[in-house]
Amino acid sequence: MSQPRIPDPALLRGLTQRRLGRRDALRISGLAALGGALAACGVKGKGSPGASAPAADAVAKFWAGKTSTGKLNFANWPLYMDPAHPELKKFTAATGIEVDYQEVIQEMGPWFAKVQPQLAAGQDIGFDLMVITNSIQFKQFVDSGFLAPLDHGKLPNYAANADAAYKKEAFDPGNVYSVPWTSGMTGIAYDPKKITRPITRLADLWDPAFKGKVGMFSDTQELGNFGMMALGVNPEKSTPDDWKKAAAKLKEQKSGGIIRNYYDQSYIDALGKGEVWITQAWSGDVFQKNVSDGTDFKFVIPEEGGTIWTDNFAIPVTAKNPLDALKLIDFFYQVEIAASLAEYINYVCPVPAARDQIRKDAAAKTGKDKAALEAVADSPLVFPAPADYARLHYYRSFATAAEQQEYQGIFEPIVLG
Amino acid sequence: MLRRRLAPYLLVLPGGLWLLLFFVVPMVTMLSLSLQQGDVVTGYVFTGHWQTYVDAVVNYRTQLVRSLIYGGITTVVLIVLAFPVAYWIAFYGGRRKATYLFLLLLPFFVSFVLRTISWRQILTDEGILLGPLKDAGLLHQEFHVLGTPVAVIGGLVYNFLPFMVLPVYVALERIDPRVVEAARDLYADPATTFRKVIFPLALPGVFAGVLMTFVPASSDYVNSAVLGSSSTTMIGQVIQSQYLTSSNYPTASALSFTLMAVLLIGVFAYARALGTEDVMKVAAR
Repeated sequence: MSQPRIPDPALLRGLTQRRLGRRDALRISGLAALGGALAACGVKGKGSPGASAPAADAVAKFWAGKTSTGKLNFANWPLYMDPAHPELKKFTAATGIEVDYQEVIQEMGPWFAKVQPQLAAGQDIGFDLMVITNSIQFKQFVDSGFLAPLDHGKLPNYAANADAAYKKEAFDPGNVYSVPWTSGMTGIAYDPKKITRPITRLADLWDPAFKGKVGMFSDTQELGNFGMMALGVNPEKSTPDDWKKAAAKLKEQKSGGIIRNYYDQSYIDALGKGEVWITQAWSGDVFQKNVSDGTDFKFVIPEEGGTIWTDNFAIPVTAKNPLDALKLIDFFYQVEIAASLAEYINYVCPVPAARDQIRKDAAAKTGKDKAALEAVADSPLVFPAPADYARLHYYRSFATAAEQQEYQGIFEPIVLG
Repeated sequence: MLRRRLAPYLLVLPGGLWLLLFFVVPMVTMLSLSLQQGDVVTGYVFTGHWQTYVDAVVNYRTQLVRSLIYGGITTVVLIVLAFPVAYWIAFYGGRRKATYLFLLLLPFFVSFVLRTISWRQILTDEGILLGPLKDAGLLHQEFHVLGTPVAVIGGLVYNFLPFMVLPVYVALERIDPRVVEAARDLYADPATTFRKVIFPLALPGVFAGVLMTFVPASSDYVNSAVLGSSSTTMIGQVIQSQYLTSSNYPTASALSFTLMAVLLIGVFAYARALGTEDVMKVAAR
């Protein structure tokens, strides 16, 4: 018997092992390149949470060498000024600074997401002044280092006329980055032509009688707050457990077909068109809608409570005309200007002395106009008394990004259906 | 000699660079984004976190499935609506074919979003359509079209109609009339002629139409945002909101890739079912 021939080991290896051809080499280098590319595409953030306290010389550093340019781009929300812009005209007449006023902010989340990439890249966002709410995104703006520290030396009217309560708000102690534009409440608006009984309670938003005709806000904080208050929880002191319970309560409202939709600023149009009969609402909007469109909608702070928030002036760090912006901020703290604004927008005025000014303005008028202005001066929605504040809750602030993401993760899926 | 060998590569270079810059780079960036972790303040860092895909699909499976269903219904309705239109123009349009096609496309010279918003005005609860019907007592006060799947699918059908009519028309237009005559000569009744001759010959057009409508309709976010409500949210809206409201780039990218994968698989399965030969015919056009 002849021995079976043992093939050359080199040949065997060649037959059984894959050799790396040119294709493989290309493939491997391609994969490696892809891996490298994947890892290289990180999205840069700008700041670190908790870095709220600026360096002592930050104000001096930012404002050094800034000069007035005679123009200014102002980003604000709709329904926040008389459409004729009388206050801005007075400002231009007094200072010669031209103001381009744009109502581009409809909701905080989209606004932050829109300007974040530009601000992170150090680019001008096209606005020198913006009005932002003390919500989740306010902290994101501050933590990212996107807001210019305000030079209070240039805000004498603010120092003299602003309500002391606004100088120590938790979201921006000492008003380092912001001063209030106005405050407002979130409550319920309804159309008394469609709903004949008076609305007094949060539970009315869950009433099956209004099936398919109830609106809520798509902002997760606004929405979550109402869910919590409906369960008797104070949102400011809420825990993740409360959030889950509130989410369940809100899901009930949704799965029952009671909810028509979740809205941003467009809720007021939906109310006007009869799309919703009862909706979560911001205090001054309803008043302005009634004035401008002749409607007769009602606004109530529910028995269980409403929320109070503050919309604030802030200057983005990349602003081209920050000095002009600062001048406009201080201008709005003149008593007559603050009064004039409050008379039209009917939101909480941060200047207490404006109340007497509005009464003075009323005295100069007659008939209907006089009664309307007197009503503004006496309105708890514009000048809330301490008893009114007792029914109002503040927003919850989030200590960490993880906490805030947990909150978003609980309420976002409700809005997104 | 060398120059001749390089010529084809040089010719393809501009197109290739274009693809690289505007297709490959964004795709790789998005893939990378989907595997990153972090938050918008501190920044997102690549960690190869595949779990994002799982979480995204679990959290938003309802919207994903809903989008495919809406896309599917839209496509079927479109075939039913577009086929007779294309058929009529192709066979009975005569000398005015071009005019009819132009009329069909005329509304689409107005912006997509604007047209959708105008539907909102028409269909609103107390608008020109429903208002009088409600006042006349024909409808309940609570009755509404906006915010329902009907409104969203209606909007999708309206917006994608030409993308179905045109390919079907092209396929029908190419049918040799002698083939139809031959069918009649062989005693096929009109129904049989349609079923056995015309429809099979039009299938490549239908296939192209399905590709051009199902894919964009399933990933559309405008119609649902404008005409729908929170119970009609489509996956495109979720992606848009994750990108542009929450700044949650990883989840948004992961959802985009998932949607792309699902649609690609769907399209290939569909091509396989219809026979690859037809796909080649479509591709060859």
